[in-house]
Amino acid sequence: MGFLEVNNIDVSYGDVQVIFDLSMHIEEGEVVSIIGGNGAGKSTLLRTISGLMKPSSGRITFKGSSMHTLPPEEIVNHGIVHVPEGRRLFSLMTIKDNLIVGAYNKEADKYKEQTLAQVYEMLPRLKERENQTALTMSGGEQQMVAIGRGLMARPKILMLDEPSLGLAPVLVNSIFETIRKIADQGTTVLLVEQDVNHSLRLSDRGYVLEHGRIALEGRADELLGNPHIKEAYLGI
Amino acid sequence: MIYLIEDTINGILMGSIYGLTALGLTIIFGVLKVVNFAHGTLLMVSMYAAYWTVSLSGLHPYLALVIVVPVMYVFGYYLQDIVIKPIFKAEKDVREPSTVIIVTTGVWYVLDNLTLMVFGPQYRSLPDNPLQGKMIELGEMFISVPKLWGAITAVATAYAVYYFFQKTRTGRAIRACSLDRDAASLSGINQYKIYNMAFGLGTAVTGIAAVTLVPFYNTFPSVGVLFDIKGFIIVVLGGLGSIPGAIIGGIIVGIIESVGPQFMTATWTEAIVYGLFLLVLFVKPSGLFGVKYDW
Repeated sequence: MGFLEVNNIDVSYGDVQVIFDLSMHIEEGEVVSIIGGNGAGKSTLLRTISGLMKPSSGRITFKGSSMHTLPPEEIVNHGIVHVPEGRRLFSLMTIKDNLIVGAYNKEADKYKEQTLAQVYEMLPRLKERENQTALTMSGGEQQMVAIGRGLMARPKILMLDEPSLGLAPVLVNSIFETIRKIADQGTTVLLVEQDVNHSLRLSDRGYVLEHGRIALEGRADELLGNPHIKEAYLGI
Repeated sequence: MIYLIEDTINGILMGSIYGLTALGLTIIFGVLKVVNFAHGTLLMVSMYAAYWTVSLSGLHPYLALVIVVPVMYVFGYYLQDIVIKPIFKAEKDVREPSTVIIVTTGVWYVLDNLTLMVFGPQYRSLPDNPLQGKMIELGEMFISVPKLWGAITAVATAYAVYYFFQKTRTGRAIRACSLDRDAASLSGINQYKIYNMAFGLGTAVTGIAAVTLVPFYNTFPSVGVLFDIKGFIIVVLGGLGSIPGAIIGGIIVGIIESVGPQFMTATWTEAIVYGLFLLVLFVKPSGLFGVKYDW
């Protein structure tokens, strides 16, 4: 019985099918990257795992129980937490309130003071700014809040959708360092990225998504050396 | 001069009550992004609930809060859950679903006419209640006691609702839902349950408004319509979704209605209210306290 298993899913927006017969799996404690260009279906895959979209066929299971039939809030209760693309913070709420809302699910709510202290320890900048509204933060800080909000739910799997998008290179480095720390603390991470170099260096394994299908999969170091990836994604 | 002060004070008091009647509208809009056309009807239903509670029990009118508030919460919760939610789900990709507005209009017509059928068209008042016609004399000025109570209740209710939104787990979840539905779902919040609760809360607050009105205002099947239009103007003036905005907007309308007749025919005050309404829409479309980022 696998940790998270995605089996043969098809996903469509109306008449437009975006994901075709896709299968993948993640084991406990792994860091897995999904890479691919714009429109490859990366975000759609995460939205389907987190329940915002429903697959038209196929199964998604977590520790043996079905996830694809549940609404998003119940999937969060199982410990699958999705930090969406573009941060999606609660713009008019303070940083602290954003984080506390992250711990809304019953299990996480019990530990919210404790988790909040851990998140502040990992991301001290957020503590300094806890009473500012999310709207007033810079892009990098907002991404930190989004990751912090995800951590507040005490995830078993943290899914990050393009955390480095639109950030200055120096901030990109600090975001990836933060993700490394999260992984080192034992959280399973599923990372969707366009920054192929950074994300594969951080990962144990990777999947390459092209036109809604898995084009390549394998160990991250092998993928980094793969000629197709070098040419298409790294430009070497 | 003394009349001007007296009218201003009474305008502020009545205006606060207008604000209280609009508060539920602004709460429901703030979370669901749906203009609830049945809002006046919910006020009417609440007034009947308050009227019958007081006239059958003979208690002090404000004790009706104990019954009216929970009853209206449940009424609003299930009205949303059973009637509005299915439509809402069918249009879930639309941020301000217009079909829901049509449904709330349907609720308005059905409930207003059902009330007319069951209770008849007559105006009902509570002639023997302890607040009826009470005045405080301040020198040469007279201040209406039931309106004073109503205004105090309005401000207290606004504070309580504000506190609830800022400091409680459910309040934060409601705010989160109003700002970003998908992100709220991803934080483990069941958005449809939040909508039920927000609708229930808005209706319960409307119940409080009804209890403050019943001691000095007639209850009849179309009473909601009067407050409906006023409510829309107030919340747009104050800023849709803003709690202090609803009370301040109410006070502005109350003062104009009360002071205006000193200087002109009473019917002209409506023209001033609507004129101000248009002016606010031209100059600051998000309303006095509205936040444009919320859009």
